[in-house]
Amino acid sequence: MSGESILSVDGLSMRFGGIVAVNDLSFDAGRRKITALIGPNGAGKTTVFNCITGFYRPSGGSIALTHDDGKTIQLERLNDFRISKQARVARTFQNIRLFPGMTALENLMVAQHNVLMRASGLTFLGLIGAPSWRSAEARAIELARTWLSRIGLLERADDAAGNLPYGDQRRLEIARAMCTEPALLCLDEPAAGLNARESAALSELLLSIRSELGTSILLIEHDMSVVMEISDHVVVMDYGVKIAEGTPEAVRDDPKVIAAYLGADEEEAIAVMESGT
Amino acid sequence: MTASTLEKKPAPRASSAAFILKKATISALVALVLFSLMIGVRTEAGPQGGLIYWTRFGDLAAIVAAVFGGSIVIELLRQWWGPADKVRVVPPAVQHALSFTGRLIAPTLLIFTFLVPVIFYDQRYILDLAILVLTYVMLGWGLNVVVGLAGLLDLGYVAFYAVGAYSYALLATNFGLSFWVCLPLAGILAAFWGVLLGFPVLRLRGDYLAIVTLAFGEIIRLVIINWQSLTGGPNGVSGIPRPTLFGIPLSPGEDGLAARLGIEFSPTHRIVFLFYLILAMALLTNWVTIRLRRLPIGRAWEALREDEVACRALGINTTTTKLTAFATGAMFGGFAGAFFATRQGFISPESFTFQESALVLAIVVLGGMGSQLGVALAALAMIGGFELFRGLDQYRMLVFGMAMVLLMIWRPRGLIGHRSPTVYLERNQAISSDLVKEGHG
Repeated sequence: MSGESILSVDGLSMRFGGIVAVNDLSFDAGRRKITALIGPNGAGKTTVFNCITGFYRPSGGSIALTHDDGKTIQLERLNDFRISKQARVARTFQNIRLFPGMTALENLMVAQHNVLMRASGLTFLGLIGAPSWRSAEARAIELARTWLSRIGLLERADDAAGNLPYGDQRRLEIARAMCTEPALLCLDEPAAGLNARESAALSELLLSIRSELGTSILLIEHDMSVVMEISDHVVVMDYGVKIAEGTPEAVRDDPKVIAAYLGADEEEAIAVMESGT
Repeated sequence: MTASTLEKKPAPRASSAAFILKKATISALVALVLFSLMIGVRTEAGPQGGLIYWTRFGDLAAIVAAVFGGSIVIELLRQWWGPADKVRVVPPAVQHALSFTGRLIAPTLLIFTFLVPVIFYDQRYILDLAILVLTYVMLGWGLNVVVGLAGLLDLGYVAFYAVGAYSYALLATNFGLSFWVCLPLAGILAAFWGVLLGFPVLRLRGDYLAIVTLAFGEIIRLVIINWQSLTGGPNGVSGIPRPTLFGIPLSPGEDGLAARLGIEFSPTHRIVFLFYLILAMALLTNWVTIRLRRLPIGRAWEALREDEVACRALGINTTTTKLTAFATGAMFGGFAGAFFATRQGFISPESFTFQESALVLAIVVLGGMGSQLGVALAALAMIGGFELFRGLDQYRMLVFGMAMVLLMIWRPRGLIGHRSPTVYLERNQAISSDLVKEGHG
């Protein structure tokens, strides 16, 4: 079991007062696989994300993350920054949250905070410019440079992140999350607002992250072409519960899924059907 | 965006003239109502105690006419200048020239500062003023870590200044410790108070944080006033030892520095020594801050100012990051406080009122949050300018307030609003202030 799935969500519930946003949700995300979490607006996808990444404390259920070495961490017991630091789960946000006043390079350097903090001897070694710190900093810049060239932003490394075009900001946010060297990357609607060409580039980027770096990916997505193209496994949610699960093809033809999309949003239902043909 | 500005450009002249006239008329009417009683009618107590009054319609008419004319002039100026929030494109040549002079300002200012005691050796007033300015530069740089870099609005910075000053004063007068031993102790104690303040306020943001820090500043002052047995209460602490040059006192006695060097003693020696002392301390503050900005902790401060949620998602412990910002800023404040105590030789709670916090915060905001050079320039302008307007008596505050309002309209993000990146691959280009966040607590 531990070899198969990296994340296993079991009976997850999240209530806000009387509102049940997520009700008894269970699913597994495969190791070195891309798992997509889809569903109509308001289905509770982002709430699941916030529970996994520690922004919400779930009302019930368990979220277990199993690392490559077999160590299992219960994510619902950790909070905010520890999830990223100890469990190595990184995330992006639905509405991009870069550091707009810092350069693209600086954004990627901030992401390596914990590594650099250790290398700088909690600042003291760094303050006196110790050689060990200097080499660690050089390595961090090198990693940032690698990611900048991977997302095609090397030319704009020294531009403020807030000045980059929307699509570039999306990619930079993914690169920033990847600079924390995560085991699981959670992407909240990475293709939102991208044009067809940018979406294709994004799919390529995500596939390369999975195959070359072996990072598992969990993503929420509305853009069905992206979901169908790259996902290994799809989980469909509606009204806080799982209504279907399986390969992209199986989910696409599931009448319950089509009904959920038709009932919620006609456009999205059409998108689902069209992407199948 | 461009299309809409193009459409708007050929606005009909007649309507704009009518608009100006309408606006001027309304302003004149408001002025008429306001000033009709304030200027139009003059009242005074008569010889028998009765009220006598007379009218001054001529003056009133002049004022209203001035408002009418002034309103037209301002409106014309505004139309000529364009909307205030419009982003103006500065030609690259001008930008280049500006950045060139900008790069020259700091070294020039530094060299000039080093030469101040040489140039103004005979002018005690200027030397004292220079020491005062440097003290505020140091305080500004210290607060800049908290407000400018970490984006935490601290209205009680004077508390750390007070902790530093009283630490030195009490340690020196009670235990006879020398300035050089007390200086780090004062910094450490102030940093400790910074952490102590930090803990309860970590969850607060923005306005709430500002109010709690304000209260903390007042609490420290009230404790100092009321803890008579330790601090001497409102009487303060007097007889604080003067600093020595690593053990050699700057006094006229046999073992004084002047006697040892075989030169004639002059009280100016001590002033010059104090000047270089605070200059060295301020430069150390600056150096440490510049270094810290390039270390992960400094980048985390700035990232915290930009987006706290994203910081948490990247595994940054926002609690300790905020605490280190508070502690670092407080430590510099403590150093400055110790210097203040040794310079004055006497301290009392009156020196640590809210006004000091407000002044230091004004220096940071005016200078451009996060900019070291901007803070130094702002301290010079604020403290120096305050002295410059001394001749204006009670209008000093008015003139000063007006100047600040104008400056904030002209440069809403401070004298130096842009941010320079801490690391770069190819080009070290400044980041426009429009993109840099101010932080929200």
